[in-house]
Amino acid sequence: MSYYARASGWHPPALHPPYKTSVKRSPSFAPVTMPQTPSELTGPAFGHGLFGPLDNDLIRNFGAEAAIGPRIVVFGRVQDEDGRPVPEALLEIWQANASGRYRHAKEGYIGAIDPNFGGCGRTITDAEGRYEFRTIQPGAYPWPNGPNDWRPAHIHFSIFGRAFAQRLITQMYFEGDPMIWRCPIVSSIPSREAVEGLIARWDPEATLPMDARAFRFDITLRGRRGTMFEGRP
Amino acid sequence: MRFRESASQTAGPYVHIGCTPNFCGIGGVYTEDLGSRMITGDAKGERITIRGTVIDGAGMALRDAMVEIWQADAAGLYASPEEARGAADPHFTGFGRRAGDYETGEWVFETIRPGPVPGPGGRMQAPHVTFWIVARGINLGLHTRMYFPEDDLSADPVLSRIEHRSRIATLVAKAEGQGAYRFDIRLQGPEETIFFEC
Ligand SMILES: [Fe+2]
Repeated sequence: MSYYARASGWHPPALHPPYKTSVKRSPSFAPVTMPQTPSELTGPAFGHGLFGPLDNDLIRNFGAEAAIGPRIVVFGRVQDEDGRPVPEALLEIWQANASGRYRHAKEGYIGAIDPNFGGCGRTITDAEGRYEFRTIQPGAYPWPNGPNDWRPAHIHFSIFGRAFAQRLITQMYFEGDPMIWRCPIVSSIPSREAVEGLIARWDPEATLPMDARAFRFDITLRGRRGTMFEGRP
Repeated sequence: MRFRESASQTAGPYVHIGCTPNFCGIGGVYTEDLGSRMITGDAKGERITIRGTVIDGAGMALRDAMVEIWQADAAGLYASPEEARGAADPHFTGFGRRAGDYETGEWVFETIRPGPVPGPGGRMQAPHVTFWIVARGINLGLHTRMYFPEDDLSADPVLSRIEHRSRIATLVAKAEGQGAYRFDIRLQGPEETIFFEC
Protein backbone atom coordinates (compact mmCIF):
# COMPACT_ATOMS: atom_id res chain seq x y z
CA MET A 1 0.00 0.00 0.00
CA SER A 2 1.21 3.49 -0.71
CA TYR A 3 -0.12 6.99 -1.14
CA TYR A 4 -0.06 8.56 -4.58
CA ALA A 5 2.93 10.83 -5.02
CA ARG A 6 2.21 14.53 -4.81
CA ALA A 7 2.25 15.91 -8.35
CA SER A 8 4.85 18.61 -8.83
CA GLY A 9 3.46 22.02 -9.68
CA TRP A 10 0.18 21.56 -7.83
CA HIS A 11 1.07 22.74 -4.34
CA PRO A 12 2.75 26.12 -3.88
CA PRO A 13 6.53 26.05 -4.37
CA ALA A 14 8.56 26.71 -1.23
CA LEU A 15 9.84 29.97 -2.70
CA HIS A 16 7.24 32.49 -3.86
CA PRO A 17 8.96 35.90 -3.76
CA PRO A 18 5.72 37.97 -3.75
CA TYR A 19 5.15 36.35 -0.34
CA LYS A 20 8.23 37.91 1.18
CA THR A 21 8.60 35.73 4.25
CA SER A 22 9.06 32.72 1.99
CA VAL A 23 12.38 34.11 0.73
CA LYS A 24 14.36 33.26 3.88
CA ARG A 25 12.21 30.30 4.89
CA SER A 26 12.23 28.22 1.72
CA PRO A 27 14.66 25.31 1.46
CA SER A 28 16.96 25.74 -1.52
CA PHE A 29 17.37 22.01 -2.20
CA ALA A 30 14.53 20.07 -3.74
CA PRO A 31 13.02 17.61 -1.27
CA VAL A 32 14.59 14.16 -1.28
CA THR A 33 12.17 11.47 -2.46
CA MET A 34 11.90 8.63 0.04
CA PRO A 35 9.88 5.42 0.14
CA GLN A 36 6.77 5.25 2.30
CA THR A 37 7.42 3.16 5.39
CA PRO A 38 5.26 2.50 8.46
CA SER A 39 6.46 5.89 9.76
CA GLU A 40 4.61 7.66 6.94
CA LEU A 41 1.77 5.13 6.49
CA THR A 42 0.56 5.40 10.06
CA GLY A 43 -0.70 8.46 11.86
CA PRO A 44 -2.18 9.48 15.19
CA ALA A 45 -5.85 8.76 15.80
CA PHE A 46 -8.10 11.10 17.74
CA GLY A 47 -11.15 9.45 19.22
CA HIS A 48 -14.52 11.10 19.56
CA GLY A 49 -13.84 11.32 23.31
CA LEU A 50 -11.42 14.18 22.72
CA PHE A 51 -14.12 16.66 21.87
CA GLY A 52 -16.24 18.89 24.05
CA PRO A 53 -19.76 19.75 22.90
CA LEU A 54 -18.80 23.29 21.79
CA ASP A 55 -15.45 22.48 20.20
CA ASN A 56 -16.88 22.99 16.70
CA ASP A 57 -18.93 26.09 17.62
CA LEU A 58 -16.72 29.18 17.47
CA ILE A 59 -19.72 31.42 18.08
CA ARG A 60 -20.11 30.05 21.59
CA ASN A 61 -16.96 28.16 22.62
CA PHE A 62 -15.03 31.10 24.09
CA GLY A 63 -17.20 33.74 25.75
CA ALA A 64 -20.29 33.89 27.91
CA GLU A 65 -22.21 35.56 25.06
CA ALA A 66 -22.37 34.75 21.36
CA ALA A 67 -19.61 36.20 19.20
CA ILE A 68 -20.41 39.22 17.03
CA GLY A 69 -20.59 39.04 13.25
CA PRO A 70 -22.29 37.20 10.41
CA ARG A 71 -23.28 33.77 11.66
CA ILE A 72 -22.30 30.97 9.31
CA VAL A 73 -22.07 27.20 9.08
CA VAL A 74 -19.00 25.76 7.35
CA PHE A 75 -19.53 22.15 6.41
CA GLY A 76 -18.36 19.58 3.93
CA ARG A 77 -16.74 16.25 3.39
CA VAL A 78 -13.20 15.00 3.69
CA GLN A 79 -12.39 12.53 0.95
CA ASP A 80 -9.30 11.07 -0.65
CA GLU A 81 -8.19 11.46 -4.26
CA ASP A 82 -10.33 8.48 -5.24
CA GLY A 83 -13.41 10.08 -3.71
CA ARG A 84 -13.51 7.73 -0.74
CA PRO A 85 -14.64 9.38 2.50
CA VAL A 86 -12.03 9.82 5.21
CA PRO A 87 -13.76 9.07 8.50
CA GLU A 88 -12.31 10.21 11.82
CA ALA A 89 -10.22 12.91 10.21
CA LEU A 90 -9.33 15.59 12.75
CA LEU A 91 -10.01 19.13 11.55
CA GLU A 92 -8.71 22.11 13.51
CA ILE A 93 -9.54 25.61 12.36
CA TRP A 94 -8.51 29.13 13.34
CA GLN A 95 -9.51 32.52 12.09
CA ALA A 96 -9.81 36.25 12.65
CA ASN A 97 -13.02 37.68 14.07
CA ALA A 98 -15.57 39.71 12.12
CA SER A 99 -13.27 42.78 12.22
CA GLY A 100 -10.36 40.81 10.79
CA ARG A 101 -8.58 40.73 14.16
CA TYR A 102 -6.89 37.65 15.61
CA ARG A 103 -6.74 37.00 19.32
CA HIS A 104 -2.96 36.79 19.52
CA ALA A 105 -0.18 38.61 21.40
CA LYS A 106 1.69 39.35 18.17
CA GLU A 107 -1.33 40.74 16.34
CA GLY A 108 -1.29 44.51 15.91
CA TYR A 109 -4.23 45.33 13.64
CA ILE A 110 -6.55 48.09 14.89
CA GLY A 111 -9.64 45.96 14.20
CA ALA A 112 -11.56 45.48 17.43
CA ILE A 113 -11.20 42.40 19.62
CA ASP A 114 -14.46 40.60 20.26
CA PRO A 115 -14.48 39.57 23.93
CA ASN A 116 -16.62 36.57 23.00
CA PHE A 117 -14.54 35.23 20.15
CA GLY A 118 -11.50 33.03 20.70
CA GLY A 119 -10.99 31.96 17.11
CA CYS A 120 -10.33 28.21 17.33
CA GLY A 121 -12.45 25.15 16.73
CA ARG A 122 -12.03 21.47 16.04
CA THR A 123 -14.06 18.46 15.05
CA ILE A 124 -13.78 14.97 13.64
CA THR A 125 -15.41 13.57 10.51
CA ASP A 126 -18.18 11.00 10.70
CA ALA A 127 -18.33 7.65 8.89
CA GLU A 128 -19.09 9.42 5.59
CA GLY A 129 -16.26 11.92 6.05
CA ARG A 130 -18.64 14.78 6.89
CA TYR A 131 -17.90 17.64 9.25
CA GLU A 132 -19.53 20.88 10.36
CA PHE A 133 -18.50 24.05 12.16
CA ARG A 134 -20.50 27.02 13.34
CA THR A 135 -18.62 30.26 13.29
CA ILE A 136 -18.55 33.95 12.39
CA GLN A 137 -17.60 35.00 8.90
CA PRO A 138 -14.10 36.43 9.37
CA GLY A 139 -13.16 39.88 8.15
CA ALA A 140 -10.39 40.71 5.70
CA TYR A 141 -7.25 42.15 7.27
CA PRO A 142 -4.10 44.03 6.25
CA TRP A 143 -0.71 42.41 6.72
CA PRO A 144 2.90 43.50 6.42
CA ASN A 145 4.17 42.27 3.06
CA GLY A 146 3.79 44.81 0.27
CA PRO A 147 2.84 48.40 1.11
CA ASN A 148 -0.90 47.67 1.14
CA ASP A 149 -1.58 43.94 1.12
CA TRP A 150 -4.82 42.58 2.50
CA ARG A 151 -5.78 38.99 3.06
CA PRO A 152 -9.12 37.90 1.66
CA ALA A 153 -11.45 36.56 4.34
CA HIS A 154 -10.28 33.05 5.16
CA ILE A 155 -10.35 30.23 7.67
CA HIS A 156 -7.21 28.20 8.34
CA PHE A 157 -7.65 24.42 8.33
CA SER A 158 -5.32 21.76 9.75
CA ILE A 159 -6.21 18.21 8.74
CA PHE A 160 -5.06 14.78 9.91
CA GLY A 161 -6.12 11.86 7.76
CA ARG A 162 -5.22 8.31 8.62
CA ALA A 163 -1.54 8.54 7.75
CA PHE A 164 1.12 11.12 8.50
CA ALA A 165 1.75 11.20 4.74
CA GLN A 166 -1.65 12.90 4.39
CA ARG A 167 -0.93 15.70 6.86
CA LEU A 168 -2.07 19.02 5.44
CA ILE A 169 -2.62 22.64 6.42
CA THR A 170 -4.51 24.95 4.12
CA GLN A 171 -6.91 27.90 4.04
CA MET A 172 -10.54 28.21 2.99
CA TYR A 173 -11.80 31.25 1.09
CA PHE A 174 -15.30 32.52 0.36
CA GLU A 175 -17.08 32.37 -2.99
CA GLY A 176 -17.26 35.67 -4.82
CA ASP A 177 -14.50 37.48 -2.92
CA PRO A 178 -12.51 39.57 -5.44
CA MET A 179 -9.62 39.86 -2.97
CA ILE A 180 -8.75 36.18 -3.50
CA TRP A 181 -7.21 37.00 -6.86
CA ARG A 182 -4.94 39.75 -5.49
CA CYS A 183 -3.46 37.88 -2.55
CA PRO A 184 0.27 36.99 -2.64
CA ILE A 185 -0.40 33.95 -0.44
CA VAL A 186 -3.16 32.65 -2.68
CA SER A 187 -0.99 33.33 -5.72
CA SER A 188 1.67 30.99 -4.36
CA ILE A 189 -0.64 28.26 -5.72
CA PRO A 190 0.34 27.74 -9.36
CA SER A 191 -3.01 26.93 -10.96
CA ARG A 192 -6.39 28.57 -10.88
CA GLU A 193 -7.96 25.11 -10.61
CA ALA A 194 -6.12 24.44 -7.36
CA VAL A 195 -7.21 27.82 -5.94
CA GLU A 196 -10.82 27.13 -6.91
CA GLY A 197 -10.62 23.99 -4.79
CA LEU A 198 -10.05 26.16 -1.70
CA ILE A 199 -13.10 28.38 -2.24
CA ALA A 200 -16.14 27.48 -0.17
CA ARG A 201 -19.45 27.72 -1.98
CA TRP A 202 -22.48 29.45 -0.55
CA ASP A 203 -25.14 26.75 -0.18
CA PRO A 204 -28.60 28.28 0.14
CA GLU A 205 -30.14 24.84 0.63
CA ALA A 206 -28.14 24.32 3.80
CA THR A 207 -29.05 27.70 5.29
CA LEU A 208 -30.34 27.51 8.84
CA PRO A 209 -33.53 29.62 8.72
CA MET A 210 -33.38 32.74 10.90
CA ASP A 211 -29.92 31.67 12.11
CA ALA A 212 -26.97 31.21 9.76
CA ARG A 213 -25.91 31.05 6.12
CA ALA A 214 -24.01 27.95 5.07
CA PHE A 215 -20.81 27.47 3.09
CA ARG A 216 -19.70 24.12 1.76
CA PHE A 217 -16.00 23.29 1.74
CA ASP A 218 -14.91 19.80 0.67
CA ILE A 219 -11.35 18.73 1.38
CA THR A 220 -9.35 16.15 -0.53
CA LEU A 221 -6.43 14.31 1.05
CA ARG A 222 -3.92 12.08 -0.69
CA GLY A 223 -5.35 8.77 -1.87
CA ARG A 224 -3.68 5.39 -1.86
CA ARG A 225 -3.31 2.36 -3.98
CA GLY A 226 -3.38 -1.20 -2.77
CA THR A 227 -4.60 -2.72 0.44
CA MET A 228 -3.31 -2.42 3.94
CA PHE A 229 -1.21 -5.55 3.77
CA GLU A 230 0.34 -5.27 0.36
CA GLY A 231 4.06 -4.68 0.41
CA ARG A 232 4.38 -5.61 4.05
CA PRO A 233 7.71 -7.09 5.01
CA MET B 1 -7.40 9.11 -9.08
CA ARG B 2 -10.51 11.23 -9.63
CA PHE B 3 -9.89 14.27 -7.43
CA ARG B 4 -6.90 16.48 -6.77
CA GLU B 5 -5.54 16.95 -3.27
CA SER B 6 -6.54 20.23 -1.67
CA ALA B 7 -3.67 22.66 -2.24
CA SER B 8 -1.55 23.61 0.73
CA GLN B 9 -1.43 27.14 2.15
CA THR B 10 0.87 28.52 4.80
CA ALA B 11 -0.13 28.03 8.42
CA GLY B 12 0.64 31.74 8.88
CA PRO B 13 1.78 33.51 12.04
CA TYR B 14 -1.27 32.61 14.12
CA VAL B 15 -1.17 28.83 13.82
CA HIS B 16 -1.06 28.73 17.63
CA ILE B 17 -4.65 29.92 17.86
CA GLY B 18 -5.88 26.79 16.17
CA CYS B 19 -3.29 24.24 17.16
CA THR B 20 -1.96 25.28 20.59
CA PRO B 21 -4.60 27.70 21.90
CA ASN B 22 -3.71 27.21 25.57
CA PHE B 23 -0.08 28.07 24.76
CA CYS B 24 -1.13 31.38 23.23
CA GLY B 25 -3.49 32.43 25.99
CA ILE B 26 -6.80 31.17 24.63
CA GLY B 27 -7.74 29.14 27.67
CA GLY B 28 -10.95 27.36 28.46
CA VAL B 29 -11.81 26.16 24.98
CA TYR B 30 -9.87 22.87 25.06
CA THR B 31 -8.74 21.17 28.27
CA GLU B 32 -5.21 20.87 26.96
CA ASP B 33 -3.34 21.44 23.74
CA LEU B 34 -3.24 18.48 21.39
CA GLY B 35 0.07 16.67 21.45
CA SER B 36 1.21 18.31 24.68
CA ARG B 37 1.68 14.97 26.46
CA MET B 38 3.17 12.01 24.65
CA ILE B 39 3.68 9.83 27.72
CA THR B 40 0.32 9.21 29.37
CA GLY B 41 1.24 6.58 31.93
CA ASP B 42 3.84 3.96 32.63
CA ALA B 43 5.23 3.82 29.10
CA LYS B 44 8.04 1.39 28.40
CA GLY B 45 11.37 2.68 27.25
CA GLU B 46 14.01 5.27 27.98
CA ARG B 47 12.78 8.81 28.65
CA ILE B 48 14.48 11.32 26.42
CA THR B 49 14.13 14.99 25.56
CA ILE B 50 14.48 16.51 22.12
CA ARG B 51 14.94 20.25 21.94
CA GLY B 52 15.76 22.55 19.09
CA THR B 53 14.94 25.53 16.97
CA VAL B 54 13.99 26.10 13.36
CA ILE B 55 16.47 28.52 11.78
CA ASP B 56 15.88 30.66 8.69
CA GLY B 57 18.29 31.69 5.95
CA ALA B 58 19.43 34.72 7.94
CA GLY B 59 20.43 32.54 10.89
CA MET B 60 17.46 33.65 12.98
CA ALA B 61 15.37 31.19 14.98
CA LEU B 62 11.72 31.17 13.92
CA ARG B 63 9.55 32.30 16.79
CA ASP B 64 6.27 31.48 15.14
CA ALA B 65 6.81 27.88 14.01
CA MET B 66 4.78 24.88 15.00
CA VAL B 67 6.63 21.57 15.11
CA GLU B 68 5.00 18.15 15.19
CA ILE B 69 6.65 14.80 15.73
CA TRP B 70 5.42 11.26 15.11
CA GLN B 71 7.33 8.24 16.29
CA ALA B 72 7.16 4.59 17.22
CA ASP B 73 7.10 3.32 20.79
CA ALA B 74 10.02 1.52 22.43
CA ALA B 75 9.10 -1.69 20.58
CA GLY B 76 8.98 0.03 17.19
CA LEU B 77 5.17 0.09 16.94
CA TYR B 78 2.98 3.07 16.09
CA ALA B 79 -0.09 3.97 18.15
CA SER B 80 -2.24 4.09 15.03
CA PRO B 81 -5.19 2.17 13.58
CA GLU B 82 -3.00 1.82 10.48
CA GLU B 83 -0.32 -0.09 12.42
CA ALA B 84 -0.59 -3.66 11.08
CA ARG B 85 2.21 -5.23 13.12
CA GLY B 86 0.73 -5.28 16.60
CA ALA B 87 -0.59 -3.18 19.45
CA ALA B 88 1.54 -0.24 20.51
CA ASP B 89 2.21 0.77 24.11
CA PRO B 90 -1.11 2.09 25.48
CA HIS B 91 0.74 4.72 27.54
CA PHE B 92 2.52 6.38 24.66
CA THR B 93 0.79 8.42 21.95
CA GLY B 94 3.71 8.79 19.55
CA PHE B 95 2.42 12.24 18.56
CA GLY B 96 3.82 15.49 19.89
CA ARG B 97 3.19 19.12 18.97
CA ARG B 98 4.94 22.26 20.17
CA ALA B 99 4.99 25.93 19.43
CA GLY B 100 8.38 27.58 19.60
CA ASP B 101 9.03 29.85 22.58
CA TYR B 102 7.91 33.43 21.79
CA GLU B 103 11.36 34.84 22.67
CA THR B 104 13.85 32.13 21.70
CA GLY B 105 11.89 29.96 19.29
CA GLU B 106 13.01 26.85 21.17
CA TRP B 107 10.77 23.83 21.61
CA VAL B 108 11.22 20.71 23.76
CA PHE B 109 9.59 17.31 23.47
CA GLU B 110 9.53 14.88 26.39
CA THR B 111 9.28 11.50 24.81
CA ILE B 112 10.83 8.04 24.76
CA ARG B 113 13.52 6.55 22.59
CA PRO B 114 11.77 4.90 19.63
CA GLY B 115 12.45 1.33 18.62
CA PRO B 116 13.40 0.38 15.07
CA VAL B 117 10.75 0.16 12.37
CA PRO B 118 10.96 -1.89 9.16
CA GLY B 119 11.37 -0.13 5.85
CA PRO B 120 11.28 -1.14 2.21
CA GLY B 121 11.67 -4.86 1.62
CA GLY B 122 11.61 -5.49 5.35
CA ARG B 123 15.05 -3.98 5.93
CA MET B 124 15.13 -2.40 9.37
CA GLN B 125 15.40 1.35 9.55
CA ALA B 126 17.50 2.99 12.19
CA PRO B 127 15.39 4.46 15.01
CA HIS B 128 14.07 7.86 14.00
CA VAL B 129 11.50 10.52 14.76
CA THR B 130 9.42 12.08 11.98
CA PHE B 131 9.21 15.90 12.10
CA TRP B 132 6.72 18.18 10.37
CA ILE B 133 7.27 21.94 10.44
CA VAL B 134 4.89 24.73 9.52
CA ALA B 135 5.16 28.49 9.98
CA ARG B 136 4.56 31.82 8.31
CA GLY B 137 6.48 31.77 5.03
CA ILE B 138 6.37 27.96 4.71
CA ASN B 139 3.93 27.15 1.91
CA LEU B 140 3.84 23.37 2.31
CA GLY B 141 4.61 21.66 5.62
CA LEU B 142 8.22 20.46 5.74
CA HIS B 143 8.77 16.77 6.44
CA THR B 144 12.05 15.57 7.87
CA ARG B 145 13.47 12.95 10.23
CA MET B 146 15.72 12.96 13.25
CA TYR B 147 18.15 10.09 13.84
CA PHE B 148 20.21 9.37 16.96
CA PRO B 149 23.95 10.03 17.10
CA GLU B 150 24.85 6.76 18.88
CA ASP B 151 23.21 4.55 16.24
CA ASP B 152 24.82 2.86 13.26
CA LEU B 153 23.11 4.59 10.34
CA SER B 154 25.15 2.92 7.60
CA ALA B 155 22.50 0.33 6.71
CA ASP B 156 19.41 2.53 6.99
CA PRO B 157 17.37 2.00 3.80
CA VAL B 158 16.14 5.61 3.65
CA LEU B 159 19.47 7.28 4.35
CA SER B 160 21.24 4.97 1.93
CA ARG B 161 19.28 6.54 -0.95
CA ILE B 162 20.56 10.03 -0.26
CA GLU B 163 23.05 11.08 -2.90
CA HIS B 164 24.62 13.99 -1.04
CA ARG B 165 26.22 11.89 1.68
CA SER B 166 27.57 14.96 3.45
CA ARG B 167 24.02 16.19 4.05
CA ILE B 168 23.03 13.15 6.13
CA ALA B 169 24.61 14.79 9.18
CA THR B 170 21.79 17.36 9.09
CA LEU B 171 19.39 14.59 10.18
CA VAL B 172 21.40 13.47 13.19
CA ALA B 173 20.67 14.96 16.62
CA LYS B 174 23.45 16.10 18.94
CA ALA B 175 23.71 14.50 22.37
CA GLU B 176 23.63 17.06 25.20
CA GLY B 177 23.84 14.64 28.11
CA GLN B 178 22.16 11.40 29.08
CA GLY B 179 18.93 11.12 27.13
CA ALA B 180 19.02 14.78 26.06
CA TYR B 181 19.21 15.62 22.38
CA ARG B 182 19.32 18.77 20.32
CA PHE B 183 17.95 18.83 16.79
CA ASP B 184 18.14 22.21 15.07
CA ILE B 185 16.39 22.44 11.72
CA ARG B 186 17.94 24.76 9.14
CA LEU B 187 15.75 25.95 6.30
CA GLN B 188 18.64 27.27 4.20
CA GLY B 189 22.41 27.68 4.24
CA PRO B 190 25.39 25.32 4.06
CA GLU B 191 23.86 23.02 6.68
CA GLU B 192 20.34 23.07 5.24
CA THR B 193 18.38 20.17 6.71
CA ILE B 194 17.28 17.43 4.35
CA PHE B 195 13.55 17.56 3.75
CA PHE B 196 11.67 14.65 2.26
CA GLU B 197 8.77 13.98 -0.03
CA CYS B 198 7.22 10.55 0.10
FE1 LIG C 1 -4.96 34.23 8.56
